Amino acid sequence: MKWDEFFVTGDPMIYGADVSIVLTMVGILFYLTKYKKWKWLWDEWLTTVDHKKLGIMYIVSAVLMLFRGGVDALLMRTQLAVPEAKFLDSQHYNEIFTTHGTIMIIFMAMPFLIGLINVVVPLQIGARDVAYPYLNAVSFWTFFIGAMLFNISFVIGGSPSAGWTSYMPLASNELSPGPGQNYYLLGLQIAGIGTLLTGINFLVTILKMRAPGMTLFRMPMFTWSSLVTMVIIIFAFPILTVALALMTFDRLFGSHFFTLQGAGMDMLWANLFWLWGHPEVYIVILPAFGMFSEIISTFSRKTLFGYKAMIWSMLLIAGYSFLVWVHHFFTMGSGALVNSVFSITTMAIGIPTGVKIFNWLFTMYRGKIQFTTPMLWSLGFIVNFVIGGVTGVMLAMAAADYQYHNTYFLVSHFHYVLIAGTVFACFAGLIYWYPKMFGYKLNERIGKWVFWVFTIGFNVCFFPQYFLGLDGMPRRVYTYSEESGWGPLNMVSTIGGFMMGIAFLILVYNMYYSFRYAKRETTGDAWDGRTLEWSTPTAMPPFYNFAKIPEVTGLDHFWRQKQAGKVEKLKAEDIKPIHMPSNSGVPFIMASFFFVAGFGMVFEWMWMAIFGIIGVFGTLFYRSFEYDDGYYVSVEEVIETEKISK
Amino acid sequence: MMRRLKPFFTFGLLMAVFMLSGCSDMIVLDPKGPVGAEQRDLIMYSIWFMLFILLVVYALTAFIVYKYRDRKNHKGYDPDNEGSHLLETIWWIIPIIIVIALSIPTVKSIYSLEGPPEESKDQKPLVIHATSVNWKWVFSYPEQDIETVNYLHIPEDRPVLFKLTSADSMASFWVPQLGGQKYAMAGMETELYLQADEQGTYEGRNSNFTGEGFTNHTFDVMAMSDAEFDKWASETKADAPELSKGQYDKLMLPGHVKQMTFSSTHLDWVDHAKNPEYALDARERLGYEEKLPHSKAGKEEKKKREEEMKKLEESESHGDSHAH
Ligand code: HEM
Ligand SMILES: [Cu+2]
Ligand SMILES: [Cu+2]
Repeated sequence: MKWDEFFVTGDPMIYGADVSIVLTMVGILFYLTKYKKWKWLWDEWLTTVDHKKLGIMYIVSAVLMLFRGGVDALLMRTQLAVPEAKFLDSQHYNEIFTTHGTIMIIFMAMPFLIGLINVVVPLQIGARDVAYPYLNAVSFWTFFIGAMLFNISFVIGGSPSAGWTSYMPLASNELSPGPGQNYYLLGLQIAGIGTLLTGINFLVTILKMRAPGMTLFRMPMFTWSSLVTMVIIIFAFPILTVALALMTFDRLFGSHFFTLQGAGMDMLWANLFWLWGHPEVYIVILPAFGMFSEIISTFSRKTLFGYKAMIWSMLLIAGYSFLVWVHHFFTMGSGALVNSVFSITTMAIGIPTGVKIFNWLFTMYRGKIQFTTPMLWSLGFIVNFVIGGVTGVMLAMAAADYQYHNTYFLVSHFHYVLIAGTVFACFAGLIYWYPKMFGYKLNERIGKWVFWVFTIGFNVCFFPQYFLGLDGMPRRVYTYSEESGWGPLNMVSTIGGFMMGIAFLILVYNMYYSFRYAKRETTGDAWDGRTLEWSTPTAMPPFYNFAKIPEVTGLDHFWRQKQAGKVEKLKAEDIKPIHMPSNSGVPFIMASFFFVAGFGMVFEWMWMAIFGIIGVFGTLFYRSFEYDDGYYVSVEEVIETEKISK
Repeated sequence: MMRRLKPFFTFGLLMAVFMLSGCSDMIVLDPKGPVGAEQRDLIMYSIWFMLFILLVVYALTAFIVYKYRDRKNHKGYDPDNEGSHLLETIWWIIPIIIVIALSIPTVKSIYSLEGPPEESKDQKPLVIHATSVNWKWVFSYPEQDIETVNYLHIPEDRPVLFKLTSADSMASFWVPQLGGQKYAMAGMETELYLQADEQGTYEGRNSNFTGEGFTNHTFDVMAMSDAEFDKWASETKADAPELSKGQYDKLMLPGHVKQMTFSSTHLDWVDHAKNPEYALDARERLGYEEKLPHSKAGKEEKKKREEEMKKLEESESHGDSHAH
């Protein structure tokens, strides 16, 4: 391999990125050394097994990825703002939309939600931790390393450019040579391990670790949605793992599962991809639904309307999510019967979804609605998500989809669903649980600015794209002619895109501003909440969460206790020593070996790949002989932490 | 609160006006043949339903949010209201009805689009093989024994049966004004019926991403009277050069080409639906190798291609015998 094939050269923007990456690294190293933070970083973060800290690290990574994916988005929108623009060339544009789509879904939306699940779910079910804390750390670090491996592609070796769907044979060695596509395969594979482990971990946590009295039908909605999501993960992710492995064999070891040669079947890839990919869409939307349920109920100061119907509709959606994948390729010529069946199953998903929308509306009915920022995002969700929903039903009508397929109509639809659903939920949940994580609220006034600028920008950006789609503009084109007449609407769309970018900056400013100036919370109940996470006496729950495990008597236990004026005070004599797991550096080290193995495979340097794989197994081996049963937190320490006066 | 929601309403209203006024300007909603017309009708039918749903949801949201906002003298607060079987049943049933109402015409259309259009089903369709190669379209007329590259002539008012395949990446054959698309894949053949009821030139393209040259992976469709079409076909057969195997192999190289016309077809020696490896083999025969896009070699290759494209655009002559 030559140097000019290893480093990406020749583009001033890339050189700029190189410089800024190096400067940031140097800056971080300098800061850590100068302020002697290395030990703190290692002890408090890199080796932690605390679900709240892992959750925060997930969220921080996700926000960084939102930035990266957002910059990609704005680069694309800049290129598309006017006809025949020369800002990006075709190859560059293709790489950007591929990394944008992949990063946004795999490395932004999913980790953001998993981060919030990590922080909140154990607290909501009254547990001290997740079922497998060490495994939880492994999940985080494999996700993080997978993301890093994918991200460096744009400066080292070149990014994948076959779309986030990586359709074969385009993604094969013959048509996409080089490391780019390998980055996609290995980055997703490594991160996928973490996701699958999270699925198992939280399934067991929710089923086994609930506080006494919390039956399944007393679980908060967010916990329910997480449970259903984990089930989907457990069924869907193995499909991705296998599909990626098969394509990796095709590219690295000359097999012919999906290739043009050797009777490979390109449609098999498309089928496997969407068998995972469609459920994936629900993996990133169901937790969002759960969050909106919590937030709407809290700020309407009212029980969720139709709790059971909400659960059943979620289970239905989860089941259906595996029965609709063909709608991604109605145009593949599968025949009238197949297309009719999948049209109907797809439209049918709209039914439980519609039920949920009406239940949310009626949760507010006869409530006392407070317009806090999390509530604004939830209202914004309802108003915008239905646009995504109804256009989804339009796309489901196969005979009409022959016209929408692969156009901006689709691009607009999935952004309406993913942004108004998932991203709005991430913002809403982040703001809502911010005091749980950091001990203070984000500023509400600045928060409202973020909401309005973002939401208006979002509509300005994506609504015109429905018309572009109906006017025949295909997705993934890097430019278009003046005569096409698509110029004006694209310009409008780009303006909207930049408004969203500005809103993101205001959000970051809000974090800084609130860190400096926000009033610190004194109790754990910042929003007058309903569920157990708000019942800890200190603003931020201590590392063991609950000094005394609560006993639950019904839905919204904490809220009903408050209404009845019967919130129990923690007494010193109730406290027993608490068993907690020890920190461990092994997950971090194991993930680092995954990086080495992955990087080796990307460049087909097998010595390096083998070294990395040996390292991974070495850490597994080491762990299996590590007899560490954790430790006990003494009663004195708990009393001290909870500030109970004897 | 109403004041706060105002931007939403104004925006929605603007968009609605926009949409209704712009409808006929959008090519999917301005079809020139029965297939596209059937799809347009289905689309418009669904749009009315969807507008109705949006209206209901928005009206309800606005009403509830306005009425139950937290304020002084708040009335009607009922914190323990947990649901209502009647209401919930209603909103399980209504969407079910809507889905049924949408499913019936959808399924009907899906089935009818599998065959030639109703109005002309007693006519024998004109068969055209459309083969996608990165990033050009090869059209073969087996009956007329002619072949064109990147443009098509078709007779009006007569169904055209396209037999689609690809020599390499998966493409999608789409002429928006004539009707919806279908994939063209190496190693198999898919079929698509289209028909033009008006004379004119329509833009067609590949709409499934196929890599670097995807954006310009386009072609023109010219619909004309039967007589004109027959005249064109027989003139082409008489005047255009034959397609040699060597020439065809060169077409297998990735890149764009100008419009071309030949008096024979490649179907005589290769059917990509049966032989998906042909293009890769041809590339190997010609010593072509895909370069890493970021390497020096890749950049040089790209420059070369760009220059060829420019030359092509500058050259006045449009293909070997074709002019329009
Ligand atoms: C700041 C807001 C965003 C803007 C302006 C934006 C813009 C774009 C653009 C211009 C494309 C390429 C369209 C094309 O050429 O076909 C695209 C594709 C895509 N976007 Fe976004 N996007 C945004 C946010 C998101 C988010 C939050 C997600 C997911 C959670 C997302 C997921 C995707 C996906 C999956 C694709 C398809 C990539 C592909 O075609 O392979 N986007 N977006
Ligand atoms: Cu889907
Ligand atoms: Cu096929």
